[in-house]
This record gives sequence, structure tokens and C-alpha cells, in this order.
Amino acid sequence: MIVNRKPLTFWERLYLPAIAGGLKVTLRHAYRTLFQGKKVTMEYPEQKWAVPTDYRGAPYLVKDQEGNTKCVSCQLCEFVCPPKAIRITPPGDTGLKADRTNAEKMPAEFEINMLRCIFCSFCQEVCPEEAIFLLKDYSLTGQSREEMIYDKEKLLALGGTHGGIQKWKHKLEEAKAQDNFPVKV
Amino acid sequence: MNWNFVIFSLVKIAIVIGVVQGMVAYAVLAERKISAWIQDRVGPNRCAPPFAKYIPVVGPALIRLGIFQPLADGLKFMLKEDFTPAGVRKIYFFLAPAIAVIPSMLVVAVIPFGSQIGHQQMVISDLNVGILYTFGIVSLGVYGIVLAGYAAKSKYPMFGGIRSSAQMISYEISMGMSVIPVLLIAGNLNLSRIIGWQSAHGWMVFYAPVSFIIFLIASFAETNRLPFDLPEAETELVGGYHTEYSSMKFALFFLAEYSNMVASSAMMVTLFFGGWTLPFWGLDHPAATLGAGLAHILIFLVKMLLFMVLFIWVRWMFPRFRYDQLMDLGWRRFLPLALVNILVTAVILWMKS
Repeated sequence: MIVNRKPLTFWERLYLPAIAGGLKVTLRHAYRTLFQGKKVTMEYPEQKWAVPTDYRGAPYLVKDQEGNTKCVSCQLCEFVCPPKAIRITPPGDTGLKADRTNAEKMPAEFEINMLRCIFCSFCQEVCPEEAIFLLKDYSLTGQSREEMIYDKEKLLALGGTHGGIQKWKHKLEEAKAQDNFPVKV
Repeated sequence: MNWNFVIFSLVKIAIVIGVVQGMVAYAVLAERKISAWIQDRVGPNRCAPPFAKYIPVVGPALIRLGIFQPLADGLKFMLKEDFTPAGVRKIYFFLAPAIAVIPSMLVVAVIPFGSQIGHQQMVISDLNVGILYTFGIVSLGVYGIVLAGYAAKSKYPMFGGIRSSAQMISYEISMGMSVIPVLLIAGNLNLSRIIGWQSAHGWMVFYAPVSFIIFLIASFAETNRLPFDLPEAETELVGGYHTEYSSMKFALFFLAEYSNMVASSAMMVTLFFGGWTLPFWGLDHPAATLGAGLAHILIFLVKMLLFMVLFIWVRWMFPRFRYDQLMDLGWRRFLPLALVNILVTAVILWMKS
């Protein structure tokens, strides 16, 4: 394809209109930035972008409405995790029991290596207890590699509480209802 | 030997060098801030020493303006590793930054930055051939750049050096030619006398506007500023002639560029805008009192700063010229224009006399 370049007129070849135009544009922008506050910069740590609702940030453990640990240490997330970022230590025979009724156990230790995590949300998908969620936290920083391995306390603290159905509470209530169903006389 | 002269000269040299260095540091800040404003950004506004935020009212404002940024920049340049790439021509590699910086510092020696304080003339060296000296020294600046390009074993600095030499030569001629009408009109090569002529007859820019325009554009080319920053065209040549330099050596090139800006601004103010004079409030005669002497220095600095802002402003306004366009402009437009300008000025002066 041949593009015909229009020869510049004398006026254009003087560069003067272009210079005037450049002065005007730059002055306008400087004026707007300085006096009308129309800047494009977001001053990050003070201001932050609104994160979309389906954003996949860091995975954290959540508690239920009553402040109990939801995780039952089933280790499904540990198995499904593609980069093997999750490490769960189950309580074992003698370990601590769940802090809520009708759940058998809860993890003795639950570690997520945030340096390995790829934020794929498989753990959230696979969790039968709705105990782990990818929240909107995207700014993960630390001074060392060790610091970036988040333990259970940290994950629970960061995760906060999660409203929603309390699966085992329902089961408990159903079981109790069943016990009472054929009304004993 | 006149010890008085030696001591006063040393003091003046120290002050002038200090002021020029400070202006260079803050010109970099101004560059960053003005570019930010033009591009709808904020610019450096975080850097501050720990005590700064405890200064009431002004402290936060100074931080927002980035006043402390040059200090951090300087510190960073000092602390960076001074890396010498393999295969460079060592002697030239070490020599080039010095050769780039020294001429840019020497130029300010002949510039009268004020009238007088007491009996001391506010000029380091009141040379009778001030302008010739300036042009001689300025033209040495190109060797630093060419040497830097030649010393580094890399094609980008080489291209930068080649471009720089071609550009410098083509614009230096127009620049020199453009000043001749000024000399014809003022009838003197001494910069102080040229200012004296201007205080008597009015600013030179009204007598020789064409000279001023050519000089202005040529000084953009001389200082390697956009739209003529071909030797260091980042988008084409990585970093141009200073691609291979790091740490303080790189900082010296930076220093040279900005000192050249300061020197060109000073030259333009001196030659075309009356130097330290102001046509009203009786400020156009050599100062008799200390206050007037300081006011003259202040006037000179303000005029210079305006030109510095112009330099910076223009940089963020125009795209870069192509190499052939640059040559075309230098040789086929400005050189004939400057020659015609000389001729016309001479004829007019001849008719008048």
C-alpha cells in the first residue's frame, strides 16, 4: 500500500503552529493537574483501587458466626493445591478436638506458604466446609521467606468470620430432631 | 601578586560553583515535577528525612513538593556500584565524564551574574573576549560525549557519540553566527560591556530577535535537550552515549547536561535579556548599595530560572527530530538565516552611521 504523504505547506514547515499547539496542550494539562486536581496518579498506600467482587486474593481460613474454626483438617485442600503451598498437621489421636460441636477435629497446624501460592482458588473450590476463602488481600509483604509462611493463627485472624450456613450445626439439630421424631412415650 | 584579588576570586568561584551545583540538583527536581504536571501526574512527593514531617506547616508542604528528593538522588548516585564493563577503553572511559563536566563548569566563569557589591564586580573573570571564551569552552563539551561513545564497547554509545559530534558541529556554527549581530550592535566582546550597552539602550532581544531565536534553538541542540536529544535518545539508543556508565560517572554526565542548561540560560540572559539589569526602579545601573547589588544577583537568577523552566517545558512538549531533519534545520535553515541576519544588521548599522 502506498500512502501519499501530503507535502507540508510553508506555514507548517515553519513549525510555529506546532510549537504553539504544543505549548497550549502542555500548559492546559499542567494547569488542570496543578489547580483542578485532575491527576491520574493514585497515591497507592493511602488510596487503593476498589477490588472486584470476584477477585482472588490471598487464601485465608475463616471462622463461623460463633467464632469457631470451620476447618476440620480433612486435608483436601492440601492434596488439591497445585504448587503444594498448603501444609496441614492433623491433630492426631490425642490432639485437640474441634472447638465446635459435631465436628470431629480441627487442624493442629495449618500453614500456607504465600510465596508458593498461585491464587488459583482450588482450595476454596474443594473445601467441603467452606473454611478457606480467597479474600481480597493482594498486598502480601514480608521481610523474610519464613515470614511469608502464614500459620493457623495468622490465617484465622486475617480471614475473620464468614457468615453462611453452619453445616454441622444443622446436622446436629437434624440429628436431635430425628432422635425425638418417633415421639417416645 | 594581589592577594585581595585571589581571595575574592576564590570566594566567588566557590559561591558560583555551589550555586550552579544546587541549581543543577534542583533543575532535576524541577524537570521531574514539571514533567509530572504536564503528564497529569504528581511527581516525587514522598522523599523526606525523618525530621521533616515534624516541621510545622511547611514540613509536609516541602515533602509534597519533593524538596528533599535531590538529596536522595545524590546519595543514591554515590552509593551505587561504579561498574566498569568488560572491553571498554579504560582511559577514555574514565576521562570522558570529566571532559564532559569541566567545560560546562568553566563557562560560567565569564558570566556577570550581578553588577557589583562594594567594589567587587560580580563576575569571576571579566574577560575582554568573553563570548569567544564561552564558545571555545562550550565546543569542548562535545569531546566528553564523543569520547564516552568511543570508549564504551557498545554500539549504542557509539551511535550517540557520532550523532552528538555531527549535531554539535552543525549547531555550533549557527550559534556562533547568530551572536555576531549582537556583537555588531553592542560593539564589544566583553559580556559586562554588552550588559552595559543593554542597560543604556534596552534589551538586545528587541534589536536582534532573529539572533535570539537562532541562539535559543541552537542552545537546545548544544545542551542535548529535546527536541534535539539525539545523542541520548532513550527510545532509539537505550541511553545514548552514557549507556555503559553507572554511579557517579553517569551522574557527572547528568551534571554536565544540566550545567550546560544553566550556562546556556545564563548566556541567553546576558546576551539578550539585559543580564542583571531591570529597566525600571533604577536597577539598570551598577549597584551603589549592598541591597541593590543583591537585588541584581536575584534578578539575574530569576531570569535564568525562567529560561530553565522553558528548557524543561519544551522537553515535554515536542517529539524528537529525525537525524536528517536535524541536519536540514541546522545547515540549510539556520546557517543561511544567521548569515542573512548578519548582513542585514551590518547594512542597517552602516546606513545609520
